[in-house]
Parts: sequence; structure tokens; C-alpha cells
Amino acid sequence: MKAAVITFPGSNCDDDVIYTLREFAKFQVTNLWHTDTPALGEYQLVVVPGGFSYGDYLRSGAVASLSPIMAKVKEYAAAGGYVLGICNGFQILCETGLLPGALAKNESSKFQCKDVFLKVENNQSPWTSAMKAGEVVQFPIAHGDGRYVAGLSAKSLADIDGVLLTYCDANGKTSAGSNPNGSELAIAGISNKARNVFGLMPHPERATDLRSQHGKKLWQSLLTTLGGKA
Amino acid sequence: MKARVTIFYKDTVFDPQGNTVAESLRRLGFKTVTSARVGKVVDIELDAKNANDAKSSVDKMCEKLLANPVIESFKTEIIGGVA
Repeated sequence: MKAAVITFPGSNCDDDVIYTLREFAKFQVTNLWHTDTPALGEYQLVVVPGGFSYGDYLRSGAVASLSPIMAKVKEYAAAGGYVLGICNGFQILCETGLLPGALAKNESSKFQCKDVFLKVENNQSPWTSAMKAGEVVQFPIAHGDGRYVAGLSAKSLADIDGVLLTYCDANGKTSAGSNPNGSELAIAGISNKARNVFGLMPHPERATDLRSQHGKKLWQSLLTTLGGKA
Repeated sequence: MKARVTIFYKDTVFDPQGNTVAESLRRLGFKTVTSARVGKVVDIELDAKNANDAKSSVDKMCEKLLANPVIESFKTEIIGGVA
């Protein structure tokens, strides 16, 4: 299976994702530069990785969302292709309109770099099918602008479509400090209506062979969807 | 023509930078400070026939790139070059 990982000026998690996809998920990975505009149809997966594209100028992900390759990613997603955005990649996907909402500065105003617990809110997706609904997984985060704002005046998760992961404590509950950035309804990762586009602030690629290995469940979900094997 | 765009988090979106600035000002002894908001200013020079055209063009720039309507509000004004 083939995956494309896109590098923007300022991306810094591209190598981690490439390594993980190759070593764990056995993908044949092509690294694309943001000005490339290849047909993406040959890939089963496109990943927009983390980092600080364009130095977070103007707004995290705003400038990268206008990169030539993002027009191709939009076409690819519209045709049903699987697109994963991690951290800055999540911000970029929101800025392009492929995912709803926006990411604002962490409520604490601090850059948060630590392991967090996540609750699987929905396992009926290509990204979470190998997880149990309600299961708690642990991924690291490293971001300053991770406060998810849905902009819908939603009162509960039931009002927002596509929430797959929320921040929680070790027991899957909300408690003091369990929401590391003040995200609305503790949303950590959200998918589009068709579920083929998924963005999350935590880093599954950093939870695959070091520390927590819960990231493997995300790759396993995807492999099952695509009919491949780890 | 010269336009000035001012962008802030919407009033409904908590502004941690503004909050920190207000706190620091109070710590400095400015006890009367009740709130501060930190925003961005973008000055843009452009060719336009008149101020209306310039403003309408800059408004479009805000909608497409300079501001994110989910979390931010913006204000545009023409500040120079008006014949």
C-alpha cells in the first residue's frame, strides 16, 4: 500500500510519520513537497504531518492551507481518499475547510508537551475501528495552538458530528487538568461527515514504538479499512 | 492606497494573551485594568480606483485568508492614499 506524506516549510514531524508508516504499517511512503502537484489517486493514504508550517505566520496552518498541493488534497478527499492531519496537519485541514472548526491558542497560554489520555468517543470510523468505544488510549501532545473551537454553540458532543477522540483522565473521565488546552467539549480529534478525513492534535506516530504504543491501534484501524496487514 | 486590517479573537473566544497582559498590568500596579485583548494589525498597500474598491478588496482578503471566521473578527479601514 502506498502513502504520501506532505512536507511544508517548517514541518517537523514528517520523518516520524514516514518512519512509522514504513516500519509499523508497511506502507510504501512517498514524501511530497508542498509545491508538488501530483495526482494523488495512486495513494491509499495522504498524511499532513505536524510542525510549524510557515512559522505559524498569521495563524497556524493558514498559509500552508494555500500551498499548491492542498488543492490536490482537496480533490483527493472529495473523491473519498483517506486524509490524516496530525497537530499542525489538523490545523491545516481545518484552515482548508476539509474539517470543521478551528484551533485557537491553548487556554493556559502555555505550550503543552506531555502524554495525555484520550477517550474513544466513536469507533465507527476508519481511524478508530480497532479501538473499543469508550476505551482510553494515551498519545503525546506538543502544541501551543490546540484549543479546538467548533463554532456551533454546541452543548454536547451529540451536537457535533464526527468527534472520534476527546481528552480525559486515566479513567476516561473529565477532571481537573484532563483537558490540556481548553478545547470545546474536550475535543481532541474530529472527522468529516464521510469519515475519510481525520484530524487530531495528539501524535499517534509518537505512540507507536516508544512510550505508549496505543498509536498502533490507529494504524491498525486504517490497515483494516484498506485491507492491508501490519 | 493603504488599508489597515485589525483582527481579534471574537468576544466569545477566550483570549489567553490578552488575559495574561491584563494580569501583568495589574501586577505592575495598574489596578484599574479590567480587561485586555491582544490582536493583530496588517497594513496593506494596494492599487485601487477609490477607497470603496480598496475596502471591498481588503474585506475579501480577510474572508479568504487574514481572519478565520470561526474564531476571529476583523475590521478594515482605509488609512492613506485617498485622493
